[in-house]
Amino acid sequence: MGNFDGDSGTVFEQSYATTNGANGKLPNGNGAAIGSPSNGGLNLNHAEEPRGEAEPFLSQRKFSAPAYTEIRTRRCNANAAAEAKNRSPNYHPEKRSIANGHAKVLRDHEETQPNKVEGILSPEVEHSQKTSFEEVPLHTACLTYLGFYLLMILGYINQLLFVPKVATEKGREGYVTLYDAFESFYSRYVYRRIKDCWNRPICSVPGDELTLKDRVSDDYGWSFKFTGTETRCLNLGSYNYLGFAAATGPCADESEEKARNFGLAYCSSRCELGNNEQLQELESLTARYLGVEDAIVFGMGFATNALNLPSLLGPNCLVISDEKNHASIILGLRLSGATTKVFKHNNMRDLERVLRQGVCYGNPKNGGKPYKKVMILVEGIFSMEGSIVRLPEIIALKKKYKAYLYLDEAHSIGAMGSHGKGVTDYFNVDPKDVDILMGTFTKSFGSAGGYLAGTKKLIDFLRTNSHAHCYASSISPPIAQQIMTSMKTIMGEDGTEIGRRKIMQLARNTRYFRRRLAQLGVITYGHEDSPVVPMLVYLFSKIGAVVRTLTTRHIAVVGAGFPATPIMEGRIRFCLSAAHTKEQLDYALEAIDEIADDLGLKYSNKPRDPNPIIY
Amino acid sequence: MVAIQLFNEIGSIFRNTPTYALVLETLLLIAVIWLLLHRRGAGNSRRRRLTKEEEDQIIADYTPEPLVADTDPNHPLLRTRIVQSKVGKRITVDGNDCLNLGSHNYLGFLEDQDILEESCKTLRKYGVGSCGPRGFYGTMDVHLDLEDRIAKFMGLEEAIVYSYGFSTVASAIPAYAKRGDIVFVDEAVNFAIQKGLDASRSTIAFFKHNDVEDLERLLIEQEKRDQKNPKKALKTRRFLVAEGIYMNTGEICPLPELVSLRQKYKLRLFIDESISFGTLGKGGRGVTEHFNVDRDEIDLISAGMEGSMATIGGFCVGSHFIAEHQRLSGLGYIFSASLPPMLTQAAISALDRFEQEPQIFQQLQDKAKTLHQKFSRFSKLTIRGNELSPVKHLYLATPAENYDKELQLLTELADKCIAQGVAVVQAAYLKDREHQPVRPSIRIAVNRLLEQTDINAAFDTIESVSSALL
Repeated sequence: MGNFDGDSGTVFEQSYATTNGANGKLPNGNGAAIGSPSNGGLNLNHAEEPRGEAEPFLSQRKFSAPAYTEIRTRRCNANAAAEAKNRSPNYHPEKRSIANGHAKVLRDHEETQPNKVEGILSPEVEHSQKTSFEEVPLHTACLTYLGFYLLMILGYINQLLFVPKVATEKGREGYVTLYDAFESFYSRYVYRRIKDCWNRPICSVPGDELTLKDRVSDDYGWSFKFTGTETRCLNLGSYNYLGFAAATGPCADESEEKARNFGLAYCSSRCELGNNEQLQELESLTARYLGVEDAIVFGMGFATNALNLPSLLGPNCLVISDEKNHASIILGLRLSGATTKVFKHNNMRDLERVLRQGVCYGNPKNGGKPYKKVMILVEGIFSMEGSIVRLPEIIALKKKYKAYLYLDEAHSIGAMGSHGKGVTDYFNVDPKDVDILMGTFTKSFGSAGGYLAGTKKLIDFLRTNSHAHCYASSISPPIAQQIMTSMKTIMGEDGTEIGRRKIMQLARNTRYFRRRLAQLGVITYGHEDSPVVPMLVYLFSKIGAVVRTLTTRHIAVVGAGFPATPIMEGRIRFCLSAAHTKEQLDYALEAIDEIADDLGLKYSNKPRDPNPIIY
Repeated sequence: MVAIQLFNEIGSIFRNTPTYALVLETLLLIAVIWLLLHRRGAGNSRRRRLTKEEEDQIIADYTPEPLVADTDPNHPLLRTRIVQSKVGKRITVDGNDCLNLGSHNYLGFLEDQDILEESCKTLRKYGVGSCGPRGFYGTMDVHLDLEDRIAKFMGLEEAIVYSYGFSTVASAIPAYAKRGDIVFVDEAVNFAIQKGLDASRSTIAFFKHNDVEDLERLLIEQEKRDQKNPKKALKTRRFLVAEGIYMNTGEICPLPELVSLRQKYKLRLFIDESISFGTLGKGGRGVTEHFNVDRDEIDLISAGMEGSMATIGGFCVGSHFIAEHQRLSGLGYIFSASLPPMLTQAAISALDRFEQEPQIFQQLQDKAKTLHQKFSRFSKLTIRGNELSPVKHLYLATPAENYDKELQLLTELADKCIAQGVAVVQAAYLKDREHQPVRPSIRIAVNRLLEQTDINAAFDTIESVSSALL
């Protein structure tokens, strides 16, 4: 966060004042900075002049990236696009080169509410009021299935008529075929059509903006080649919630120093010659951060779930798992051999039904004897749904039925709560009420790895039983340092306000973006304080259309379709970050608005807020 | 009138039907009714609906086991040694400056200044973390570069990089082997492979360590089963999984024999080269180069980059047909954040060194041989492992009464050696979670930078400590 310079901050503040001048709630910043040379092309006092000149330049740039094609329907004409551009000259990813990856500081935090429950209503009511969810309109559901079947039928015909351009196995005649026929059919004829929307290579920091390495396919997605060009995009796809992904600033500096002093790895597991003071400090810092007795850290978030659940659970244990839980949890449960029952996503009544059934009727495989232990497994923020777990109610249920609670905070740690301590902080519940706190360092901390935290007894048990602790390599020193520096920043232990501001900025961005989206009339899922924002597009083909079209507008987003989501619920996912500014969000929202009109994404039947949304 | 006719008709049917048929049909009817009733009855008796009060009572009485059992404060895994310096040929452990015979830094790349410089440069371009899985903007050009370079280095079509060594092979196996398949595995395979096998839910057949005859015996048994049930055999995929150099024994797998069995019995052969990659063979290409076996004979090679390459992560390499599949089915690949770019760069730089200075592999193998010969002379310890292998195990020459006692003796031995300036460490295992008991040992890792004098000094220290202790 080295470039926390006042200049760029001032520029953006000034520009809020220009665009939102009507409501007059934003301060004017210090006028002295305006017009200083460091403002570059963004001087808004003279916005009118560069606008005229920049326009042809921009439209040139838009189509200069041959890798991406804009998908347009007949209804829309090119003029509309030009008009839309005219409305938002303040920000453009291609136009700007300053402050890559750094958060812009908020000045007026009086205005900002940290994200936490208000506690005026009962938890259930508040939660359901703040969670947006809409049923699929019937005709859309029919169309989605129709579209999907059409894709499949075309795929089958294609497969019959042409030899697929895929590698075949050599020298293995007479072997049992290696792959399931449907699986390869699906990836060849359905997924391939929009394959270019995933695995896009980038060549920059995944900060508030990123640089795509352009690639084209001459053969409808069978293969790609690089064009050698690059496209600068606004990044709404990376899990950089607090904006700690940066190549400069204290995090990067301290990581580099650590790498120079301690090398890049230990080439040994924690139980052999891989333990060191830094990791011990990281563990005690994590425990302090979370407000629990002890913590243990691992080198990979996925493995934290997959390799530790088997140590905690065994046969004759009952696990009650949310249906939308992450693959790592499901793998961990499979390895553990415990009985797993699934409850409907975030549905407390269903959870209670399953719990009651499990506790009262015991293990049917074991003659109805009671289970050794019952564990509820949920995530803090569900990455595909954008919803927040109903933690207070789950804790009440867990206490009532004497179950244990495992909370996976992969997405919520750092991103939720007024101190960034995850959903326990958000709901103001005692973290000690959660038996096992799990989280990753990949997302909010901009590093890699994961932790488990809880009582000393639990952690000691894990130190002697965890697969990852005993067999896998210990965390690389610069990676651990990134976690420590960013965690201390969030906690304010670096002596600055940066962490708090980042948390505020994220909360503010999240509310603003979600409310604006709702106002546009698109359907979003999830809680209004969740920085993961899925926008439903339903049709499989629309996923590709939206991702590609947004790329032509220099916005990078993530699409998700079957099998990651139900067939009917194709979606686009936006991940907000504290590094985003209002200009950037406005820029994105305008593009989304236009595309939503164009592609018919405004499915929502809810009443729309006619008033302008205040940032 | 009609009714009488119908009655007569039915009567004639009864008269014309043989008695045994009538009896049979009646019995059948009774059986059906009985089964229907019984099923419902059984359900009732076993799953009698409880009243709400009864349920509440059960809930009030329910006492679950504690979340975790108490841990013995003297558990050997709780006491770990603290490394206080950069890891290299020398290492500071618990305040003692030691010669390092414990870190798996075979080629000494952890001390390499060029690799470090290039990694730091990458850090300054991309930041530390990648902030996303490969699918969602977590793919950086360095990842593609590394995959390309590995594939080229190995002379194969495609490589796929994972962000954690343990998860590499543990994700690769279940991407192919599914329920109903059969996997033949060496019984000494490392824990990551064991977890991969668990996740695959396939039938697992363990053969004796490096015993090709035992493997063939199992294969013949399977062949007989297949002949009995040819329909099932058409759907059963058969895999053979082995390690290049075994982490748990230090032995090299008999690759040519495995390959000929693979051809004979139509198996798919997966080799985990976590240790052998970058150590065996003239150019460090692993066990295939060591035995001069065509790499197309192996279906998939996986390796961690946490040994000779001295970074974090792992990769799988094979034909396009095989490796590509993991991009949609390797759980640890899809659902995990990608490898931090600076560590990816470290792997690329390590490959540069592999290609520029192929003599380092010969140097390492010479050191391994020298150390092996020297370390075979311990009076109270026996050595296990191939002489070319950089990983060797030292066991007690006279077994102690049980596992715990052996482990305790070895821990004491390691402690005393560390106090006297030689860092060796007992191999860490989760005793109860390994599929078969592993005998406690001191795991020695050979570093290319060791000198003859270092080896001699280490020998003298370990010899004097072990003679005094055992």
